[in-house]
Amino acid sequence: MSTELETAGETETMTVREALREAMREELRRDEDVFVMGEDVGTFGGVFQVTGDLVEEFGEERIRDTPISEAGFVGAGVGAAATGSRPVVEVMFSDFLGVSMEQITNQMAKMRYMFGGKTEMPVTIRTTEGGGQRAASQHSGTVHTWFAHFPGIKAVAPGTPAAAKGLLKSAIRSNDPVMVFENKVIYEQEGEVPTDPDFTIPLGEASVEREGEDVTVVATQRLVGETLELAEDMADEADLEVIDPRSLYPLDTETIAESVRKTGRLVVADESPLSYGTHAEVVARIVEEEFFSLDAPIQRVGVADTHIPFSPDLEDEVIPTGDDVREAVDQVI
Amino acid sequence: MPPIDMGTEEGRIEALRRMYRIRAFEDAAGDLFADGELPGFVHLYKGEEAVGVGAAAALEPDDYITSTHRGHGHCIAKGLDTEKMMAELYGKANGYCNGKGGSMHIADVEAGMLGANGIVGAGPPLATGAALTAHRNDDDRVALAFFGDGAVAQGQVHEAVNLAATWGLPAIFLVENNQYGEGTPMEKQHNVENLSETAEAYNIPGFTIDGMDVTAVEEAVTEARKRALAGDGPTFIEADTYRYEGHFEGDHQPYRDEEEIEAWREKDPIDQFKQRLIDRGELTEDEFESIREEIDAEIDAAIESAQQADPPEPHEAYEDMFAEPAPEIAQFAELPRADGGDRR
Repeated sequence: MSTELETAGETETMTVREALREAMREELRRDEDVFVMGEDVGTFGGVFQVTGDLVEEFGEERIRDTPISEAGFVGAGVGAAATGSRPVVEVMFSDFLGVSMEQITNQMAKMRYMFGGKTEMPVTIRTTEGGGQRAASQHSGTVHTWFAHFPGIKAVAPGTPAAAKGLLKSAIRSNDPVMVFENKVIYEQEGEVPTDPDFTIPLGEASVEREGEDVTVVATQRLVGETLELAEDMADEADLEVIDPRSLYPLDTETIAESVRKTGRLVVADESPLSYGTHAEVVARIVEEEFFSLDAPIQRVGVADTHIPFSPDLEDEVIPTGDDVREAVDQVI
Repeated sequence: MPPIDMGTEEGRIEALRRMYRIRAFEDAAGDLFADGELPGFVHLYKGEEAVGVGAAAALEPDDYITSTHRGHGHCIAKGLDTEKMMAELYGKANGYCNGKGGSMHIADVEAGMLGANGIVGAGPPLATGAALTAHRNDDDRVALAFFGDGAVAQGQVHEAVNLAATWGLPAIFLVENNQYGEGTPMEKQHNVENLSETAEAYNIPGFTIDGMDVTAVEEAVTEARKRALAGDGPTFIEADTYRYEGHFEGDHQPYRDEEEIEAWREKDPIDQFKQRLIDRGELTEDEFESIREEIDAEIDAAIESAQQADPPEPHEAYEDMFAEPAPEIAQFAELPRADGGDRR
């Protein structure tokens, strides 16, 4: 269990979806400058029902349905943030972020720097990632690498309900642009979540979800839960230490490095394409800092540079699971 | 800078001064670029002064604007300081953006100037967002987007206008139709005669006005501002104007001839308005001469100051990325320089 939960006081069992909604509800109550906008976030409750009933408490001025126009409303979020609002912008599927890429990369990410630090950019963009719903490749992508790579953007990807709540609250409170990548397959996943409205998780802090001696597995999003299950299944063969980096940029290199110093073995599991990606960044940092702590070559678990296919047989082939993590662990021990 | 109230003689003189300040700043910037003094690209606004100043005269100091590649005119119209602007053109530490923005990105968010912009069509969504803040705060502010005729072909401009219209936001969309999108004439980029016709699609008012006449611009934007504050939503204004210089300094301009440029120069916004003030007995040639001398001296001083100003320190390249810095970048500010010197 992560340290936040040990020190956060009372907790309640909730799903990732509920945790995200509670994070927004609490921040909407706390700060009048916060509002939510996106396609179908109001009465419809969000296509994955994450915004749910928020419109009933906060009304249509603060939970705003937008036209289907990502460049327009993401850009409006950027302009609103530059003028003192704190927008939470929902982009229904991360695959659609490409439609608003200009406003994200050239405006949101660059304004503060280009203006010599003389503006803040307190915008949060929430979006959904991940395959497994037989939705084919335009509704199943995992694209956080694009944004974690791009200077000027902070990117988080929670793997548990507590992380979902704590990170989204930090994102909303941050004066920097933060993109929150939610894996849509784990919206129903349950866990203990602190009820204190001031509970947040700092951006840039990883969580050791399970302590172990033999192999460090850095896992993200859905693969956090699957790796924790795997760790129990494999307890007789290898003692896995499971780390959820939670924040992809900034990335908590030290927590991972410390673990590798102990275990000497590293597997990185993330549902994004393998080439030039999120895995590579974790691996590069560990090789730079902990090369001589490594007792075996590092293994990566991800999508083998394909798009996500439609047919269930094909999709199951490409989406990484706990079984793939097991194979990688077998390689390093 | 004092506000511009076109209903008073002082205001009209101030409008003329501000148009001339833009012209003088840009004449200087063009010369400095040609002399190899200024790094990067320079896109001049000369010829379009009436649009920026007419719009600024109709706005209150708290209102927001977004700008374009040709931002110098909008900055000066909004009242920004030419010394800090010139320092930015030189890439100096005391420039508006501490040398990180340059000519194409001058901004002063405090003053409501949300940035010149290197991306055609990127300003209108930002203005829609600023108008959304104004609407949510109900603080009697409006947001005006300056954009060019070329930008009207961009999808994000349509999305921004549609969003502002649908939500009834206090936004004003002001197209500066300077007849060319980079090197291609307006009629090769659009299938309408007047860009203001597009307003029909959003069910908002659309007007085409004489963008060489500062009074016409001021009147149109004043009406649009009233509408915006009354909760009646955005207005789409097309100001017909002309870019005297190329798309960028150094553009060899095979797409037009001197005759066309001369024909537009006949309608020069500064000459026209100056003559009108003289005809009304509000200004004499001598008084205009002293305005010229005063502003020319201001620009000369801005250049001298910028030339002498300190460049940014190398470590500043790693600053200003975030309100709460990421360790990934912060470490570079602390590393020793490649030449063995100390970054700090």
